[in-house]
Amino acid sequence: MAEPSIHIENEGIIIHLCHKFTKEGSSKQALLNLTQDQGENYIFEFDSFSDRDACREYVATAIAHHSEAGRLVNEKSNVPVSNEQLSRAETERRIKLLQENSELQALHKQLVFGGILTDDEFWATRKKLLDHSDSRKPKQRLALKNEMWSVKPLSDGQSNRVTFNLTPEIIHQIFAEKPAVRQAYLNFVPNKMTEKEFWTKYSRAEYLHSTKNVVAAAAEAAEDEELAVFLKQDDMLANEARRKIRQVDPTVDMKADEGDDYTHLPDHGLLGDETKDVLESQYKPYRRSFAQDLNQHASVVLQGRLVDELGDTRSVAEALARTKQAELSDEISNRNLEKELSDKICRMAEIEDLQGPRDTAVAPLSIKDPRDYFDSQHANALKALGDAGTGTKPLKSSVSSSKAYGSLRDLVSEIRGTGLSDPIMSHDVALKVLSGLTQNISSTRFHLGINPNESVLNRLPKVTKEELLHHWTSIQELLKHFWSSYPITTKYLYTKVTRLKDAMSQVYPKLQEIKESVQSDFRHQVSLLVHPMLQALDAAFAHYEADAQRRSSKSGERPNGFT
Amino acid sequence: MTPVSSKLHTDDVSLLMVSIDTNPFFWNSMKSALPFSRFLSHVLAFLNSILLLNQLNQVVVIATGYNSCGYIFDSSTSQIQDQRAENLLQKLEEFVEKDEAQCREDSVDGPGFSLLSGSLSMALCYIQRVFRSGPLHPQPRILCLHGSPDGPGQYVAVMNSIFSAQRSMVPIDSCVIGAQHSAFLQQASYITGGVYLKPQLLDGLFQYLLTVFATDLYSRGFLQLPRPAGVDFRASCFCHKNTIDMGYICSVCLSIFCKHQKKCTTCGSVFGEAQVQDSSTTAERKRKAP
Repeated sequence: MAEPSIHIENEGIIIHLCHKFTKEGSSKQALLNLTQDQGENYIFEFDSFSDRDACREYVATAIAHHSEAGRLVNEKSNVPVSNEQLSRAETERRIKLLQENSELQALHKQLVFGGILTDDEFWATRKKLLDHSDSRKPKQRLALKNEMWSVKPLSDGQSNRVTFNLTPEIIHQIFAEKPAVRQAYLNFVPNKMTEKEFWTKYSRAEYLHSTKNVVAAAAEAAEDEELAVFLKQDDMLANEARRKIRQVDPTVDMKADEGDDYTHLPDHGLLGDETKDVLESQYKPYRRSFAQDLNQHASVVLQGRLVDELGDTRSVAEALARTKQAELSDEISNRNLEKELSDKICRMAEIEDLQGPRDTAVAPLSIKDPRDYFDSQHANALKALGDAGTGTKPLKSSVSSSKAYGSLRDLVSEIRGTGLSDPIMSHDVALKVLSGLTQNISSTRFHLGINPNESVLNRLPKVTKEELLHHWTSIQELLKHFWSSYPITTKYLYTKVTRLKDAMSQVYPKLQEIKESVQSDFRHQVSLLVHPMLQALDAAFAHYEADAQRRSSKSGERPNGFT
Repeated sequence: MTPVSSKLHTDDVSLLMVSIDTNPFFWNSMKSALPFSRFLSHVLAFLNSILLLNQLNQVVVIATGYNSCGYIFDSSTSQIQDQRAENLLQKLEEFVEKDEAQCREDSVDGPGFSLLSGSLSMALCYIQRVFRSGPLHPQPRILCLHGSPDGPGQYVAVMNSIFSAQRSMVPIDSCVIGAQHSAFLQQASYITGGVYLKPQLLDGLFQYLLTVFATDLYSRGFLQLPRPAGVDFRASCFCHKNTIDMGYICSVCLSIFCKHQKKCTTCGSVFGEAQVQDSSTTAERKRKAP
């Protein structure tokens, strides 16, 4: 059984490869076809598809590594699309990850190309990383555009044609803002008219509105029933507005003064729209107010996108209709809302003066004699200080106070008589004191732990730091694979374990080298850092030897042995 | 005092309040290691050096006796330079006599306790007066040269002065010349941001004082001073007075107990039931539900 590992070390031979393979599940053999760009073919036959797949993966990444100097991955392989597309995407993802993460790349190079781990094993534990790198779709949802006049017609100056451009985005917006149009669409298309006719009529209605010719609008509406739908006021909108108003909390306190009073001004204070109420009431339904349109547009934009996909126009309309329906049914079933509202009104409208007295639950105040507390503290402190005494017990001999005071006074008068000596103290004592103090101050244990951002690693030279970190990650990777291969059941695992063990034993001298390269006062810190790595490796070795011993004692029973 | 122009007030003008331990019983026990006379010579030289460092430096010395405390030296009072030490020592003698007169006990076991809390309070009062003297004032700090063990009866008073020093941003430096470390002074230096030192070589006390304690507050920003390895903050439980690491605390008065209690002995608040039975009842309820 051939081991599925091809070492592409000799770069002179294989520069640019393409690989083809037979599909899995077919009755054919598992073949892997490697072609050089010079035209020479190498066909490899494997016993099982899994082996072949492992080999194929390896070759793919090997190719990728060799072409990683900026060349696109897509150019190289003529991989048949159907079945193997997943694996090709997979390979691309792996390569992308490796290119982005230089640490991972260094690790990969060391382990996989050093022959310690196979590519599959390396990636087997990193599925999560691969999945993450794949889902790079933007998680943000685009909001609705805030343009109101997106249906601006292009009018050709010469001919009498006006062109409207309707994109799916615009159609979505129209359906969101004007429920009547949406309803009309659902009703008319495809029964009464085609989509094109529908939009033509709608555009005609828009054009009429933009000319602000109400009389013409009324006239056209009288002729064409469907057009009338677009020209009249939107009842559905009105219902919605009424519903929303009912939900407003009546206890909201908004201060308004005369300057805010726009209801009594003509046109609600809006400039423009000079047409007075000269026209008769028959034209009223055909008039549209700018303020209404603006408000509706604003509320729709703020509400956001209710339907995510812009599919077929009909489906968009239906989806929007459904969401609106759902909202409506939600509110109807929400009986509690009214009761809550009325409760709130009662609470907010309370007048404090007219409330009865509310007796709050008050706990009786109990004041104890504070001396009890302090006395307990005395005994407390005494006990604590009794513990803190050093080995030298204080002299228990009692001294008479007169004697003590007398000796003190004598000493004072002595110094008064003699005065200060010259020098105050000997210079070697001073030197000892000074050097002791400086040593104390400069020892590293006082520098650590003071600044949380500073760590020993940052004070080491950069090269050392990176080496240490690299060793740390590679040891962790090796140990992960090592421990996952136990208990050893197959020969493959056994060879894997031996490979890992050899790699791990090579780490020891490297760590020792690093320790020696560092300055002397950092050596201790570095050895502290390295210690857990060595401990983990030692534990792994101990386990390996114990297991080997166990197996060699057991293999005495089997004639074949289990090598 | 003659008014000083503000130009002379540099950043390193300091007011040093020195609190000297004059507990006779303690010095009696220290006769061999460092006699009081030698100690005084170190301190006097140190005070002279402080006054030399800056023209505007001020030094105030407070003697901490067994029964009382008193100011024995104030450099801001006008006096002749030569006679500084003379005045100090004379005042010290008078103080010792007064202290002896107040002594009510005939004999004392061991080194006894000095009135640390009293001298800290006096120092802080003087500093407050300096704060109120005007916008230009030297930066005050307190230096405690103590050796007597901590008196447990002064625990609360010492802690109060420590907190008020912290509040006024006055660091308390401690130089402990006794046999053992002082928990009070460790906490004082830690809380107020001062330096705590227990000199190894008592003969070189003057060198220690000059190297570590002569630094003014401004220079401490860029000088490295020795730090103690740790501070003794141990807590004791209120019921048995044992030092404990984990215990129960009353949520009203923060008293510490080592065992679960029904009622707090300090403030009298009643503790609730322990929530132990809940797990069994919920398990039963779960079994009943289908």
